[in-house]
Amino acid sequence: MDFRNSKNTDTITGPRSEDVLPHTASAAVKVVIVGGFGVGKTTMVGSVSEIRPLTTEETMTEAGIGVDDNYGSETKTATTVAMDFGRISISDELVLYLFGTPGQERFWFLWNGLFEGALGAVVLIDTRRLEVSFDVIGRLEERGVPFVIAVNDFPDAPHHPVETLRRALDLGPGVPIMACDARLRESSRDVLMTLMRYLHSLTVAAARV
Amino acid sequence: MTPPQGPAHGPSNGELPSRRDAPARDAPDPDAPPQRERRSPENPERLYILTGEDSERAPLDLVTLIVAQGEASPMAQPEHSAVLRLCGTPLSVAELSAYLALPFSVVTVVLTELLATGLVQARAPIVRSALPDRSLLEAVMHGLQKL
Repeated sequence: MDFRNSKNTDTITGPRSEDVLPHTASAAVKVVIVGGFGVGKTTMVGSVSEIRPLTTEETMTEAGIGVDDNYGSETKTATTVAMDFGRISISDELVLYLFGTPGQERFWFLWNGLFEGALGAVVLIDTRRLEVSFDVIGRLEERGVPFVIAVNDFPDAPHHPVETLRRALDLGPGVPIMACDARLRESSRDVLMTLMRYLHSLTVAAARV
Repeated sequence: MTPPQGPAHGPSNGELPSRRDAPARDAPDPDAPPQRERRSPENPERLYILTGEDSERAPLDLVTLIVAQGEASPMAQPEHSAVLRLCGTPLSVAELSAYLALPFSVVTVVLTELLATGLVQARAPIVRSALPDRSLLEAVMHGLQKL
């Protein structure tokens, strides 16, 4: 029963009754969880989300520049990029959405204002492959998106002191760096709390200027 | 504090050189994490430009909440009917895209048509501004604490 490709929209199933938002839900905010493939973005989304994580997708058309093995033929390729997301009801009026997104910038523009409108971002890191986070961190800095670093605690990943990581990632002293276990609801919740406290501290600091 | 200079034998205390003073590739410590190099403006990332003009589409965010304001006419396109059926209670554009199994951009086209006819209402998200709203952040923290 594959409804996803069905043309018959009568078969579309909406949210389960327990996943329905109240009529009073009037505004939403979003947080982006960004990191390399397999770092645990979807795991983190799933561990704190009140709904089973859902997937939104977008189609990206690219001209095949630099591709020479199909010379003379149409070199346009369509790639479908998927993004998993979850939801947390903050109150009867306010809803928080969490988006787990790939790190490559060419995916980001597919969804209007994914980062620009987000309250902030969580950069999820695997210390076995620290370098995959470098570009993402640079882009967030360039765009002025505040972020925290969450080190997903894989058992066989090397442990580095926080200040060692801070130097390796070339981060200022204020950017929170914390360990987490993305599988655990409390741990993922703590990461989001740390992000909110950090955003709050930025607001307070800005108000003092 | 002056980080170690020169490529010779690195510090045995595991201290990493900083990006500005010595590149990590000179660091001989095999346990040290790789070193991020800050992106320079002279080397900007390649830009990808979407073709086609988006001006006729409503400014919908992934988390704009959509609520149905009426019922679909029997003549309505199936996608329109499906959106109206799903949005009896508020639903984000992202959730619509997921349940309909349609790309985000296709959903925004459908919603633009429905907004034009007043069949749905859009509740705009709160986006980050230069000065984030402190009470909003406090509300989110309060909500997270209840998890």
